[in-house]
Amino acid sequence: MSITGRIYKISGPLVVAEDVKGCVMYEVVRVGDIGLMGETIRLDGDRAYIQVYEATEGLKPGELVETTGSPLTADLGPGILTNFYDGIQRPLEMLKEVAGDYITRGLTVPPLNPDTVWDYTVVANEGSSVEPGDVLGTVPETKVITHKVLVPPGVKGNLTKVREGKLHVTDAVATLTKEDGKEVELTMSHRWPVRVPRPYKKKLDPFVPLLTGQRIYDTFFPLAKGGSAAIPGGFGTGKTVSQHQLAKWADSQVVVYVGCGERGNEMTEVLDTFPLLDDPTTGEKLMERSTLIANTSNMPVAAREASVYTGVTLAEFYRDMGYDVAVMADSTSRWAEAMREVSGRLEEMPGEEGYPAYLASRVADYYERSGRVVTLGSGEERLGSVSLVGAVSPPGGDLSEPVSQNTLRVVSVFWALDSTLADRRHFPAINWLRSYSLYLEVLRDWYKKNVSEDFYEVRTRMMVLLQKEAELQEIVQLVGADALPERERLVLEVARMVREDYLQQNAYHEIDSYCSKEKQLMMSKTILAFYDRALKAMDAGVSIAKIETIKVKDEIARMKYVHNAEFPDRYDAMLRAIESQFSALEG
Amino acid sequence: MAKTTTREYTTVREVAGPLMVVEGVEDVAYGEIVDVLIPDGGTKRGQVLESRKGVAVVQVFEGTSGIDTRSTKVRFTGDIMRMPVSMDMMGRIFDGLGRPIDGGPDIIAEEYLDIAGASINPTARAFPNEFIQTGVSTIDGNNTLVRGQKLPIMSGAGLPHNDLAAQIARQAKVRGTEEPFSVVFAAMGITHEEASFFMRDFERTGALERIVAFINLADDPAIERIITPRMALTAAEYLAYTCDMHILVVLTDMTNYCEALREISAAREEVPGRRGYPGYMYTDLATLYERAGRVRGAKGSITQVPILSMPDDDITHPIPDLTGYITEGQFVLSREMHRRGIYPPVDILPSLSRLMNEGIGSERTREDHSGVSNQLYAGYAEGRDMRDLVAVVGEEALSKRDQLYLKFADRFEKEYVTQGRDEDRTIEQTLDLGWELLTDLPEGELKRIDEKYIKKYHPKYRTG
Ligand SMILES: Nc1ncnc2c1ncn2[C@@H]1O[C@H](COP(=O)(O)OP(=O)(O)OP(=O)(O)O)[C@@H](O)[C@H]1O
Ligand SMILES: [Mg+2]
Repeated sequence: MSITGRIYKISGPLVVAEDVKGCVMYEVVRVGDIGLMGETIRLDGDRAYIQVYEATEGLKPGELVETTGSPLTADLGPGILTNFYDGIQRPLEMLKEVAGDYITRGLTVPPLNPDTVWDYTVVANEGSSVEPGDVLGTVPETKVITHKVLVPPGVKGNLTKVREGKLHVTDAVATLTKEDGKEVELTMSHRWPVRVPRPYKKKLDPFVPLLTGQRIYDTFFPLAKGGSAAIPGGFGTGKTVSQHQLAKWADSQVVVYVGCGERGNEMTEVLDTFPLLDDPTTGEKLMERSTLIANTSNMPVAAREASVYTGVTLAEFYRDMGYDVAVMADSTSRWAEAMREVSGRLEEMPGEEGYPAYLASRVADYYERSGRVVTLGSGEERLGSVSLVGAVSPPGGDLSEPVSQNTLRVVSVFWALDSTLADRRHFPAINWLRSYSLYLEVLRDWYKKNVSEDFYEVRTRMMVLLQKEAELQEIVQLVGADALPERERLVLEVARMVREDYLQQNAYHEIDSYCSKEKQLMMSKTILAFYDRALKAMDAGVSIAKIETIKVKDEIARMKYVHNAEFPDRYDAMLRAIESQFSALEG
Repeated sequence: MAKTTTREYTTVREVAGPLMVVEGVEDVAYGEIVDVLIPDGGTKRGQVLESRKGVAVVQVFEGTSGIDTRSTKVRFTGDIMRMPVSMDMMGRIFDGLGRPIDGGPDIIAEEYLDIAGASINPTARAFPNEFIQTGVSTIDGNNTLVRGQKLPIMSGAGLPHNDLAAQIARQAKVRGTEEPFSVVFAAMGITHEEASFFMRDFERTGALERIVAFINLADDPAIERIITPRMALTAAEYLAYTCDMHILVVLTDMTNYCEALREISAAREEVPGRRGYPGYMYTDLATLYERAGRVRGAKGSITQVPILSMPDDDITHPIPDLTGYITEGQFVLSREMHRRGIYPPVDILPSLSRLMNEGIGSERTREDHSGVSNQLYAGYAEGRDMRDLVAVVGEEALSKRDQLYLKFADRFEKEYVTQGRDEDRTIEQTLDLGWELLTDLPEGELKRIDEKYIKKYHPKYRTG
């Protein structure tokens, strides 16, 4: 039953209602005569403090406030993929059809199109007894994703009736009789409160990498499926391009992209390109496995706060079907700022830099929703994962601020963007000395088995070269490169190769944008082969000056532009060229 | 908002800074516009910042001087802030609140538009990708501006940002269409001299009838600056989306806008974010900058070039910082280059155009554009490093390769960056100039350029 009260005060996105005794925390309410959607975030006597998900201009004290009895939920069912939502899961295409080019207030449009007809196939037969997580039936949601309709959490019993065929998302697909004899009708969809993590049976340690086709991540700082990573960096350092690259090329089966308080045009870009790009694993278009949530910087801040929860809830839903899901949130700082703004209006005691004291726990809770799990459901074990990648936008690029610090405390991979690298157009501008991945050890076996026995040694050798380069650079800054011994100048030369010919990867280059793990291995080995052969040549008396001008260097510089499929041949050719050209130098 | 009739109160309880608290009010809407009739007969405009049962907190745009708690009348208009718009705005000059100050008549409105604007549904946006040739090499060649982009000039006191902005406004065109941009110009707290520099420049080139200007000068009320850019952008939206025009919006100086924002926040005793600026400044700035763009199916467009002076030349100061987080890149002016007499002193290293990639290439500019740009960047960055190094170890300690880069950086600044205030280079001239400089480097160093473009455009192969 709903409770009605009246508006007492309006201040930006915060509305205070009075006479709403009995209203529940985090309950969705309708605010004002036009019924704006909001959520209670503090209760005080008969007053409720409400964050409103839409612009509050024009509201007046005395207007109606009505509770709905429900927390903020997401609608979960087929039709999420290929869709494009705002922060509270309103489908933006539909909003545009209803209201035109601008976001209009007070509209409710169902997240899952009720008119779509799905081809539903029964899996659990009449008479069978089912528990949460069991597959009732399947729907081909897109060309690449088979949607499993699951028994929702908390529901258990015997299937007394099942239906099959062309059905709408709101049609009953099964009737279930609970132990107490009560009947429930199940449809293809159900609602889930976004702030509550969806249940699973067991969390597992991650041991499979989320391959991204980006050399610096896969080779040096890998993320695991079910893991979490942060990309902090000042403006223009490459957070968004990195997130787009991950969404495009990472080998997760489902992608949830959350544009949280960022630019409208960036979302348009995703919207324009994903339906055209081929997914390297399925060969179908990327959009077929993606869903987008956009609450841009000029859209209401409270809905921005909700957007990351909406995103991770959709991700958990596909995880529960047994998929590997990756969530990109760009930018979690805007989410934290939305929290700060609302907290300020509540006149809560501010913590560091005005952020609420609960910032740390909110950030930790969010990243805790990542993981590789055994899902609910009887029968054979089903595994799924949610990987979370969050961009962080620290003021002035200074990571000592609260959002960066609280994030780094809980994530396992740190991709440190560096504005000096970005300024010189070294992209991705990830600092190789400051970044880390805590998954290196757990992924070792996988890399051994699936890439190469010696991949970690290759990786380590390259990292040592980079480390050594940094040390030598300090000396060069004092005395110039000429003063260094020949062997150390060779280190500088090869380290430059690692930086420019390996780490730099142009997201906009047709071929270089995605680099397979095999190509990564061969590229690494080419550079090291050059190094080893050059050392040998030095032993034979060849000078660094000669080595610096050797022809094969140009070929190595261009190897990144060789197609993944053609690379093995080129690799052999390069190794031969290295050998013959150095032999020639030795005379 | 349901239309309510106007209501008048004389119950001002408190006046503090730019704010005024009115008691005993009824039915006051959040965001409602008020007229304040002060005892000496003047009228001021204000807006409701907080509405509580019986009490309204109002920000007064023209400052609260002259307001008293006895006889000042506050008239709640029952409406939000709207402005009258029509094609007749073209060629006109308004004050910071949108009232004509050029002696001409009031605008006969075709429409009254909400100045807050609404957010464009991201699915309704068209991705900006039409190359704008500004004639400035550092922009066209390396930080390309496209129609519908927002790209600020981050500058410092005393640097020639006005010259550059005026040059862009004068020379900007989309190739092939030859249709000029119309300019909406919003001045916030700039000096009389600066404002007349712009007006003179527009006049000199006969562009005055293609301009709409909103002027709030340094000695005009500070809080009015909250409204000025919104007026300008509302005018721009009308001209772009209703009248199908291509609009270039110049907003200057955004730093003064942010100061006004800070003043109101301080008066409200809000918990401040960094350096006293309100925690919601990012969102507030976004509601301005995000009004740039293109809308699917619309013929017109809005391109924004805001100018902001970085306090103490510090790009990490909250104003440039939050701006950079919203805009699609930035042009950064360098005091050091300015001192060395380089005009325009655009430092390309921290400068960026994020929409460049879509706006360049064979169909828009030239196929070698991206490679040449990247190569120039790499070369210049390397040369600048050498300059730092030389200061310590002397030029003799540099290898031959390093010396080449050192020279390259010098030539780049002298010949490529430097150009006249009226020099309007085509994109081909800019790229050819780039190639010319790149011939000083060994061909093997040109790793960023596709081999087939080297063969096609490198002067060595072109003449031979
Ligand atoms: N891998 C890459 N390859 C090529 N260019 C890149 C790459 N990464 C970043 N860039 C360049 O850097 C620019 C800025 O990147 P991006 O928009 O991702 O920055 P950001 O960190 O998201 O900034 P903000 O915080 O302001 O949103 C891009 O427009 C592009 O020009
Ligand atoms: Mg970004």
